[in-house]
Amino acid sequence: MQLEYVGTLGVILGVIARFWPTWLAIALVMGSSFYFKKKLGLYGQLFDSGVGIAGVGICLFWLFTAIFASTISPFNPLEQIVVMKDALPGAIEPATHKVFLFGGDKLARDVFSRMVYGSQIVLIIAPAATAFALMVGITLGLPAGYYGGRIDSFLSFLANLVLAFPVILLFYLLVTPGIMDTPIPYGMAGLFFLFPIIFFCTLFWTRFKKRPDRLYLLLGITLILGGWVYVGLVFDADPLGIVHIDPNQLNIFVAVVFASSPGVFRIVRGLTMDIKTRDYVAAAQTRGESPWYIMLWEVLPNARGPLIVDACLRIGYTTILLGTLGYFGLGLAPESPDWGTAIKDASRLLRSFIHPALPPTIALMSFVLGLNLLADSLREQSMKD
Amino acid sequence: MLSFVLRRLGTMALTMLCLTLVVFFLVNLEPNLKKLAISQTEMHTSAEQLEGWLVNHGYRQNFFVRYGQWLGVIKKSPIIDPATGKASQRFSFCSDPVEPVYSGVLQGDFGCSTKFKADVSKKLFPALGATGILMFWVLAVMVPISLLIGILAGMREGSRTDRTLSVASIATTATPEYVSGVIFTVIFASWFGWLNGSAASASQGITFYNFTLPVMTLAIYGIGYIARMTRASMVEVMTQQYIRTARLKGLSFSSVVIKHALRNALIAPFTVIMLQFPWLLTGVVIVEVMFRYQGFGYVLVEAAGNNDIDLLLGCSLVSVFIVLITQLISDVGYAYLNPRIRVQ
Repeated sequence: MQLEYVGTLGVILGVIARFWPTWLAIALVMGSSFYFKKKLGLYGQLFDSGVGIAGVGICLFWLFTAIFASTISPFNPLEQIVVMKDALPGAIEPATHKVFLFGGDKLARDVFSRMVYGSQIVLIIAPAATAFALMVGITLGLPAGYYGGRIDSFLSFLANLVLAFPVILLFYLLVTPGIMDTPIPYGMAGLFFLFPIIFFCTLFWTRFKKRPDRLYLLLGITLILGGWVYVGLVFDADPLGIVHIDPNQLNIFVAVVFASSPGVFRIVRGLTMDIKTRDYVAAAQTRGESPWYIMLWEVLPNARGPLIVDACLRIGYTTILLGTLGYFGLGLAPESPDWGTAIKDASRLLRSFIHPALPPTIALMSFVLGLNLLADSLREQSMKD
Repeated sequence: MLSFVLRRLGTMALTMLCLTLVVFFLVNLEPNLKKLAISQTEMHTSAEQLEGWLVNHGYRQNFFVRYGQWLGVIKKSPIIDPATGKASQRFSFCSDPVEPVYSGVLQGDFGCSTKFKADVSKKLFPALGATGILMFWVLAVMVPISLLIGILAGMREGSRTDRTLSVASIATTATPEYVSGVIFTVIFASWFGWLNGSAASASQGITFYNFTLPVMTLAIYGIGYIARMTRASMVEVMTQQYIRTARLKGLSFSSVVIKHALRNALIAPFTVIMLQFPWLLTGVVIVEVMFRYQGFGYVLVEAAGNNDIDLLLGCSLVSVFIVLITQLISDVGYAYLNPRIRVQ
């Protein structure tokens, strides 16, 4: 059967039109940010440079694309419409008269919808894994840098151990279908997901030790919320059934956290060693504050600048890691629409068709580029202070 | 200095011991052993036969005994047929011993690859050689280009050249190998047809036609990073007093850059380049799989995919060794190049 096509201009206009919720949301956020620029502190200063605006814009674009994915994408990312197999960009689907804007892949799925849905996977896992890696790195890096000595040698040795592994080898060992039959991923998840709870409990305990009314409230909230998410993620036994994660996604998540927390650890340790020589730390020590109070309420807030920049870069790096996992077909389901898997599928057929390969590659590249630009301009702005 | 290096070498040995133990543990997990037994026996084998294969080939011995055998501190013993009492090799396609001997990594015996049905050393070292050639060309392209970009950008901070080059280097650091590989293949192989999208023929002979794409793909990710580090170092040097003095003496800008700034600005990039090796290792795996080049990365993927225990252990040992030795070289080299930092 002969397919009908809309031309190049039709494809471009169609893509722009499909993204309308994203454009609207970006316009609202960017517009109000410009308007209240002066009051927004570091975030507002980002809008002073072209690089910063570009970074914020690209990140917001993918954020809103992920949020509105079901509105933006014309087709279901897993739906196979047989006539559209390897269709070229702009082909019109005969049944519904909707357009396959970027064409169809070898399994006759819409490349555009898959790219849009792929952003969801990346934008959920990458920031969440980075947040957990930050928690682990901070909770271990602060004492290593502050106390030094044995604790430092031991923790640094462990961190170097993980860093000495080439990432790809680590993933091949940790993300295999077989390993999910063993308790290893669940044990690691149980260990890693404990860190945020420990972190926040210590944070509130050191600050409000003398004020039980605030302390018990905050500790209670932390334990209930943390415990709820913990039970849901590690044991998949959330009593309310809201928090749920597939075993293979848990496996990926844990592997990514494991691979990137030693990096955070090293940075936090270095920053702490630098900051602990400052006068305000000496003043706090003279006041008789406890070591953990000093670490969490004196050292950590003063290390936030470099940490925010690192977090931005690290989300990008985690995105690349997720892509690597997808590219080697590790962990994620074979039909999953994530960018790495899509690149793997398409790159095998580059000799015959190139159009399924380009959208996921450009999507991944632009998202990481946006994060890197954001990190770069954040670094520049925080240096000015 | 000597005691520093010796101490580092000691830590290195300890790290390698710990890491190989971890890898050994992970590849010997029950599901992985099952997978190995299934792939090594005929189709439709019963569970008892699979178990029998594992027992027969020594996979059911104590974990630490087997680790010791691999390491070479416990004697490796051949299979003894219970009926006849005759000893035979564990794997007939390898040079496994027929008498109990110490034959492990410490003695230079890396074991037997079940996937390629050959000694690990016969498979691993030619592959490393092939990857070495790739690495050589990557470094030959990457280092000069990235240093040039970094110096040009850092020479005049904030100029138009600087901003353009900086954004370009940020863009390359945002492009992992599997993205740039696809894009380059589309442009240079599919559209223009100048280059070959596969490097499979490079094993017979390297030509510009089949080797440019892998080298380009691997180099591009590192270029941005090294260029940015060089730029930062160059910017710092250009604000120093002695540069201003040299300018005020009336020297031309180019001779200030070449004679005074360059030498001091290149200390930091040296460290960065050495620390790029672990990254390159991951990149090598991706690029070799993508362009079908039979090197170390290809062997690693095959070993991991088929749970080829000895080959995977060999690969981990080699890659961990490369990572640690480059770290050591970068530390020693940094102290050697920069007189302000001397190791106590």
